[in-house]
Order: sequence, then C-alpha cells, then structure tokens
Amino acid sequence: MTHDTTRENARHGPSYGTLTAIWCGLLVLTVVTVGVAGVDLGFWNVVVAMAVATAKAALVVLVFMHLKYENWVFKGFVLMTFAILAIFIGFTFFDTAYR
Amino acid sequence: MNDASAAPGSFWAARGLASWLFTTDHKRIGLLYLWCVLGFFIVGVVLGLLIRLELIAPGPTIMGAQTYNAMFTLHGVIMIFLVVIPSIPASFGNIILPLHLGAEDVAFPRLNMFSWWLYALGAATALAALFTGDGPPDTGWTFYVPFSAVTSTNVSVAVAAVFILGFSSILTGLNFIVTIHRLRAPGLTWTRLSLFAWALYATAWIQLLATPILGITGLLIIAERVLDMGVFDPARGGDPILYQHLFWIYSHPAVYIMVLPAMGVISDIIPVFARKAIFGYKTIAFSSLAIAFAGSLVWAHHMFVSGMSDTAVMVFSLLTFVVAIPSAVKVFNWVSTLYKGSIHMEPPLVFALGFIFLFTMGGITGLVLGAAGTDMHTHDTYFVVGHFHYVIFGGTGMGLFAAMHYWLPKVHGRMYNKRVATWAALILIVGMNGLYFPMYVMGLAGMPRRYYDYLPQYTAMHEASTVGSWVVAAGLALMFANLWRGLRSGPRVGPNPWGAATLEWTLPSPPPAHNFPAEPVVDRGPYDFRGVRADD
Repeated sequence: MTHDTTRENARHGPSYGTLTAIWCGLLVLTVVTVGVAGVDLGFWNVVVAMAVATAKAALVVLVFMHLKYENWVFKGFVLMTFAILAIFIGFTFFDTAYR
Repeated sequence: MNDASAAPGSFWAARGLASWLFTTDHKRIGLLYLWCVLGFFIVGVVLGLLIRLELIAPGPTIMGAQTYNAMFTLHGVIMIFLVVIPSIPASFGNIILPLHLGAEDVAFPRLNMFSWWLYALGAATALAALFTGDGPPDTGWTFYVPFSAVTSTNVSVAVAAVFILGFSSILTGLNFIVTIHRLRAPGLTWTRLSLFAWALYATAWIQLLATPILGITGLLIIAERVLDMGVFDPARGGDPILYQHLFWIYSHPAVYIMVLPAMGVISDIIPVFARKAIFGYKTIAFSSLAIAFAGSLVWAHHMFVSGMSDTAVMVFSLLTFVVAIPSAVKVFNWVSTLYKGSIHMEPPLVFALGFIFLFTMGGITGLVLGAAGTDMHTHDTYFVVGHFHYVIFGGTGMGLFAAMHYWLPKVHGRMYNKRVATWAALILIVGMNGLYFPMYVMGLAGMPRRYYDYLPQYTAMHEASTVGSWVVAAGLALMFANLWRGLRSGPRVGPNPWGAATLEWTLPSPPPAHNFPAEPVVDRGPYDFRGVRADD
C-alpha cells in the first residue's frame, strides 16, 4: 500500500496539502535565517545559517523536485553531489579556521 | 565537401547553412565545436606569438605595456575558455562518444545543440568585451580581486562571457553522463566501455559539479564592480583570499577537464598501434575517476603564498602529491602497453608519444610546484608558465592533434599524407621544448611571470623561447595544411584504416547520419584485436 502511494506520488507528485505545508516550512525557515542573522552568535552564526539553508534545500529537492519519489541511483548521485559541495565548503573554512 | 563525404546516407549529405546551425546530429555538433575551437586556437596562437615577439629583447619591442597586459589576458581567456576546455570533450566527445556506445545520438540532442549555441553566444560576448567599454580586460585569465574589482577595463563583460561558456560546459557534461548511463548498446557493460568514454565520464562529473562555482564567482566579481558589495573587500568584512578559493575550486579541476579527455584519446590510440590489449584497463578507467575526485581537492596549491593558513598549506600540498599517483598509473600503463607490442609508428601514435613525453615533463614539474617549500621559490615565475604549457599544450594540445589524426579520416572518409603528419608532430615536439624549457630555467632563476620588461640576464632564455615559438608555429602550419589538403582530396579510406576494435570502425567512413543501421550487440572489449584487421 505504501509502495503504491509512493508510486502514485512519483507519477503525480505530492498533494497540494503537502506542497503547502512545505512552502509554509520554507517561509518559517526564512524567518529563522533573518532572525538569527540579527543575533551575535560568533562563529555559530555561520553554522546556523548553513544548517537552515541545508534544511531548506533538502525540502525543495526532496519534495518540490520529487527526489523523494525517485530510485536510489538519483538519490545516490544527488547525495554525492552534496557531499562534494560539503567538502569544498569544509576545506575553505578549514583555511580560515587556522589562519 | 568532397564526393566521398557527401555520399548518400553520409552525415555530410544534408546541405545548407541551416542544416548545420540547427542540427541535432552529434557528429555535426562536434564538428561545429571543432571548427570554432580551431579558429579560436589560431587566434590564441597569434596572440601568443606576438607576446613572445615582444619578449625577445628587454624594453619595448613591438607593443606598449597596457597592450601587452591585454594581450596575455586575451591569450589566456581565449585559450582556456574557448579552446582548451571545449577542445576534446565538446568536439571529439560529441563526435565519437555515441559511436563508442553504439547509440544513435547523445541522450538530449536538442540540449546538445543548445550547448553549442551557448558556446557561440559566450564566444561572441568574449569578443564584445574586447571592443566595448574602456578597453579589453587586463587582469590575466584568473580575474583576481582586488584588481579585477577596481580596474576600469571591460572585466564585467568578459566575466559574463565566462559565465555563459560555463553553462555550455555544464550542459555538455550532463548530456554525456546521462548518455553513458542510459544509451549503451546491449552487451556494452561498464568494463567494455572504451577508455575514452571513461575519461569523458570522469570529465563530465567535474564539468557538472565544479563549473557552477566559477559561474557564481564570476557573478560576485560583477556584484563587486556594479553594486560595490564588498564580499572580497577586507575593509568591509570581506576576504580577498576567499576569491582565490572560489576561483581555484573550479579552475584547478578545470585543468583535469582539459587533460582527462586527452588521456582518454591516448588510452584509445596506444593499444591500436601496439596491436596489443591495453595494460591495466581497470586501473586506467578508475584512475580517471580518481583524478577527477582527488583533483577536486587540491585547488589551494595555487595559493601557498596568498596568506592562507599554514595548516591548509600542508594539507593541500599533501593532497597534491596524492593526485600524482593516478596520473602516474596512466603513464606507466601506456608505456607497459607498448612493451613488446607490435608497434606501427603511424602519425596518431607519434602524437601520442609526444603527449606522454611532454605531459610527463609538465607533470613532474607540477610536483615542484605542489611541494610547499619549493613553490615559495617558483610561485608566479616563468616556471609556472612552463609547467602549465607543457601540461596543457604538450598534453591536451597533442592529445587533440592525436585525436584529429586518428579520427578525422573516419569523419571525412579521406586520409592525409602520413609522412608529412609525422614530420609535423616531430617539429611540434622539438618546438614545444624549445619554447617552454627555457621558461623552467628562467623561472628557477627568478624571472616573474606576466612582466612586460625584464633584467638583461634573462635575455638569452627569452630569445631561445621566442625562437621555439617560431618552430611551433611552423609545425602547426605544416600540420593544418596537411590535414586540410588530405581531408579534402586525399585518398579514400575504408571503414577501418587503423585496424581498431571500437564500434565506430565498424561503420563506413564517413559514418551514416543515423550511425548504426541496426543496434549493435557487443560481445567483446574495446581493445580485443582478435580477428580485427586494418583495411588493405
């Protein structure tokens, strides 16, 4: 039954209710980003901003772009892409952290 | 074209400009790329010759300092973004990849055409940067801040051109990844793929993942110039070293976009002319992926003297040495393939051997630059210029010329003069050493790169280098004239003039518009020469 629902979603995409809920979630996360930017957390400002941005990107990719309903090949490729991006960002920060 | 090329059913048969400009045939799109690349290559070579002529003696020779700055910037931008990056993947990748896979075309033919149009638009924008605004860019091809953010020359338009060209590259990479995954003929397993296809696959991932970072970095330069944002301005909390990180996160892997496809060409050529299966097929295939991955993690070796942290210097220096391993795996495997082979010294093999020698000269000196201690001495000297040109011109350039001599008889159905081609290759190999080896000597002696003038003690080496540039020009003229003449009116060739075992050689020369009349079924590897004979 779950399998059928997933298949159905893959064909037609998620329901309007789910899409609206995700959209609201993205708006809330945007408010969080703006709100946290006004608070001085030092180094953690960057961590929070990146974490929120990652969560937003994950919601968009998984639901709006239907990755949640695709097979493992696509999920693996996208995961690898984000892992490499994380390495790029990590190595760049690795310089500034020890400078 | 000639009558063999225009034979009924050949992909040359359709006539008219529109049949080329709006084609979705991968072979025609590949040729459009090849002609553009070669056209811009000639422009870049002329600029390079003028730069070398200016440097033949100290002081002003044939141009002023500002013109010189614009010339080496143009030489770099044209050669990197319009020639070297699209050279082999966009031209021979397009022409040959679907044939190697037994496919009718790439996965997204219209997207492929769009990629070429983006390339044409990017090239037109790059040319517009020369003739509009307040003079051509004078930053060098690296567009380093803070200078690129403040110079009055036309940097914004040039960066916009790079942005557009980047999209062309991304879309080509995406197309190739999907093509290799989805369009392989029945029986064509991953370990039966040609090593050229493996190299294109590794390259395509770099194109897809690294190029967007260059695009964003370029937009940030425009934002600095137009909106005065301060992302790279330390006075406003920005970081100029961040620019160098962002630029090299793309531009070092870009070196592998440039050289990996050439390595794929060499891996395909050497077994054919050694009449022997490639030594270590899987290690060569996986070394392409290893180079793509490890090569993406070494970018900051361009920044050892930039003021970044010492810890980062040590880590990136170590990682740079790691990437030498898969590169050396390829070189040793090529040489091992030749060992006890039945060697046929045909022109593609001569170019391939030139590649191995020149690439090795460039690769080994790369380790001098990758070691943080010696890099302090050689950074921003002519040693870097020599290293880069040995790898890119001696490597990718010779790889492209090898590909042209190997595959253009298939594309045109006619053969060039092999004796002249061999002489051209030898002249090029001698000329490149004459042109670039003195740069190593000058660099070690402290001659800085990009300088308009120099101290008298460097004169002899500059003279030698300039004379080398003339030898290279002679070799190029001979090679192009021979190819032009041969491919227009040379003797006709059959399907398999070299006796190669990959799928394109089962088709007539030139291939039909729709490639394979029936979908091929593959039951052997690409370097299994049993029962394969060259045409008489």
